[in-house]
Amino acid sequence: MDNKRRKILKIAAATAAVSFTGLPIETFASYLPKIGKYVKSDKEKKAKQWGMVIDTRKFKTKEDFEKVIEACHSIHNVPEDIPNKKQEIKWIWEEEFTHAFPDQENPFLAERYEHKDVIVLCNHCQHPPCVRVCPTKATFKREDGIVMMDFHRCIGCRYCMAACPYGSRSFNFRDPAPFVKDKNPKFPTRMRGVVEKCLFCYERLEEGKQPACVEASNGAIIFGDILDPNSEIRKVLRENYTIVRKPELGTEPCVFYII
Amino acid sequence: MLDKAFYGDKKYWSWVIFLLILIGIGSIAYITQLKNGLMVTGMGRDVSWGFYIAQFTYFVGVAASAVMVVIPLYLHNYKKYEQIVTFAEFMAVASVIICLCFIIVDLGQPQRLFNVLLHPTPNSILFYDMIVLNGYLLLNILISWNNLHADYRRVPHPKWTKVLAYISIPWAVSIHTVTAFLYQGLPGRHFWLTAIMAARFLASAFCAGPAILVLLLLILKKVTKFDPGKEAIQTLAKTITYAMCVNVFLFLTEVFTSFYSNIPGHKATFIYLFKGLQGHGALVGWMWVMVITAIACLVILIPPKFRNNPELLVVGLILLILATWIDKGLGLVVGGFIPNPFEKVVEYSPTIYELLIAMMVYSIGLLVLTILWKIGVGVKRELGIIPKQN
Repeated sequence: MDNKRRKILKIAAATAAVSFTGLPIETFASYLPKIGKYVKSDKEKKAKQWGMVIDTRKFKTKEDFEKVIEACHSIHNVPEDIPNKKQEIKWIWEEEFTHAFPDQENPFLAERYEHKDVIVLCNHCQHPPCVRVCPTKATFKREDGIVMMDFHRCIGCRYCMAACPYGSRSFNFRDPAPFVKDKNPKFPTRMRGVVEKCLFCYERLEEGKQPACVEASNGAIIFGDILDPNSEIRKVLRENYTIVRKPELGTEPCVFYII
Repeated sequence: MLDKAFYGDKKYWSWVIFLLILIGIGSIAYITQLKNGLMVTGMGRDVSWGFYIAQFTYFVGVAASAVMVVIPLYLHNYKKYEQIVTFAEFMAVASVIICLCFIIVDLGQPQRLFNVLLHPTPNSILFYDMIVLNGYLLLNILISWNNLHADYRRVPHPKWTKVLAYISIPWAVSIHTVTAFLYQGLPGRHFWLTAIMAARFLASAFCAGPAILVLLLLILKKVTKFDPGKEAIQTLAKTITYAMCVNVFLFLTEVFTSFYSNIPGHKATFIYLFKGLQGHGALVGWMWVMVITAIACLVILIPPKFRNNPELLVVGLILLILATWIDKGLGLVVGGFIPNPFEKVVEYSPTIYELLIAMMVYSIGLLVLTILWKIGVGVKRELGIIPKQN
C-alpha cells in the first residue's frame, strides 16, 4: 500500500514539474484572448466614427432593396426563412417610412412617403444604449465607432434588445446553421442563444473594402468617417438635408437618411 | 439544526415528494429548452423578454416580505413580530432564489453566466442587480439562520446579526430600486421610461410580499399549529393596505400623465393593455381583471371591520396578490415591448414550455421555503412556542 502511495506521489510531482516549466500559460488558460498573435492589416480603413448616408431617393424598385440585403446576408451567414417569423434574424432590411420614422408621421403625409420603404440597419450610435446595458461587454464600441459584438462572450440575456430603440438586434432563438444557405467560411457563424446584428462590415474594412451593402447599392449608400470634415460623406451631409431615426433619444445615430 | 428537515410526518414528505415531481416535470421542459434554444418559448425579436423576466420582477417584490417585518421589529421594537420574523426572512431567501432561477432559465447561454463576474461591467444595471440580489440573499440567510440557531441553543441572538438586520433594510429598498432601474433607464420604451417606476416597485413589493407571507403563515397555522398571533397578522394587513393604496395611486398618476399630456407613445401601451391596439388585445381581459381585483381588494382591506375579519382578509389578500401579479408579472414587462420600436403590435403569449419551466422554478422556491420553514417550526416546537404534537 505504501508503495502505491509513493507511486501516485511520484506521478503527481512529475506532472507538476512539467506543468510549471516552460509551457506557456495559454496551454492551460485557453480561454484567454490571444491578443499578441493578431496583426492588423495595413490595408485597413481607419476612421474616428464610421457613418452612413442612405439616399432613399435612389431605392426605387424591389430589386434595389433586395440586392443590398442579399449582399449583406449572404456573406455574413445570416439565416434565412426561419419558420417562426417572430424569431427571425435581420441585419439589414426594409421597413415602411412611417414605421422607421414613427415621429415623422402625420395624417397628411405626401403620398409617396406613405408606403415608401426605407433600408434600416444598426445605427452604430455615438451613445449606444445597448453597449451601456450589456453586463459582460459582449457588445462594445470600437475606436472607429463600430458597435461590435463578441458572439463568444454574449450570455444571451437580451438586455441589449430591450435597450435598442431601433429594433436592430436579433437573437438566435435556435441554431441558425440549418438556415444558412451557402456558408461563408471566412465569417463566423453563430450558435443559438446569442445576439447578433450589423457590424458595419468590420472584416471588409480591414481589407480596405467598403461595406457589402454600400458596394451593392450603386451609390445609393455612402459610407465614410463622419468626424473627418474632409471626407466624402461629410460633403454629402453638407449638401443634402438628412434625418436620423429617433434623434430625440440622444443616441446620436450614425446612419443618416436623405429623404 | 438542519436535521429538523429530515424528520417529518407523512404529510410533510408527501408534500416534498410532490414538489420534487413538479421540479422533475419542469426540468424535462428545461432540458428541451437547453437542447433547442429559446425557440421553444413564445418570445421573439419584438417581445424579447417574456414570462420568465416578468416572474423574476414579481418575485423581487415578494422578497420584500422580510423588510416589512424587520422594520417594525428592529426599528420600533414591535415585539409581536418576534416570532414571525424568521419565517419572513426565510421567505425572502426562497423568493430571491426564485428570482435568480428565473434569470438563469431566461439566458440564451446559461453556461456563460459567470461572464458577468469574469468581465464586471459597472455601467450595466444588471451588474448592480446581481450584487444587490445576491447580497440580499446572503444577508437574509445569515440573519435568519444564525438567529434561529441562537434560539435553538437557547442563547441570546448575536449582536452582529442585528447589525446585518439594520443593513438589510436599505438593502431591501435597493433590490426594488435597482430592478426598476433595469427598465426605467431605457430610451425608447415609453411605458417603462418613468421616474416613478422605482417607487411603484417599492409600493407593489411592500403589499404583495407581506400579503403572500400572511397567506402562507395562515396555512402554516393550519398545518403546524404555529400561531403567528392575531395582532401580528392585523398589523401586517395594515401595512399591506397602505402599500396597496400607494401602489394604486402611483399607477393612476401614470395613467394621468399619459392621457392628459396626450403623447401617443406614452398612451400606446396603456391602450394596448386595456383596449387593444391595431386589432390586438391579448392582455385586455387580464388587465380588467386586475382593475376589478385591485378595487375589490381595497374595498375589503380598507374598512377595519372587513380587514379584521379573518375569512374576509384571506379573500382580500388573494385578490391583492392577483391584482399585483397581473400588473407586474404580466402587463408591465410584456407591455413595455408593445408596440415595438416600429410602432407595430407583435403580441406575446407564453408557451407550455415556459409555463412548465416557470412551474419548476416556483417549485424549487417552494421546496426551499418548505425546508426552511420546517426547520423553523421544529426549533420553535422544541422551545415550546408551538404546542407539541401528540
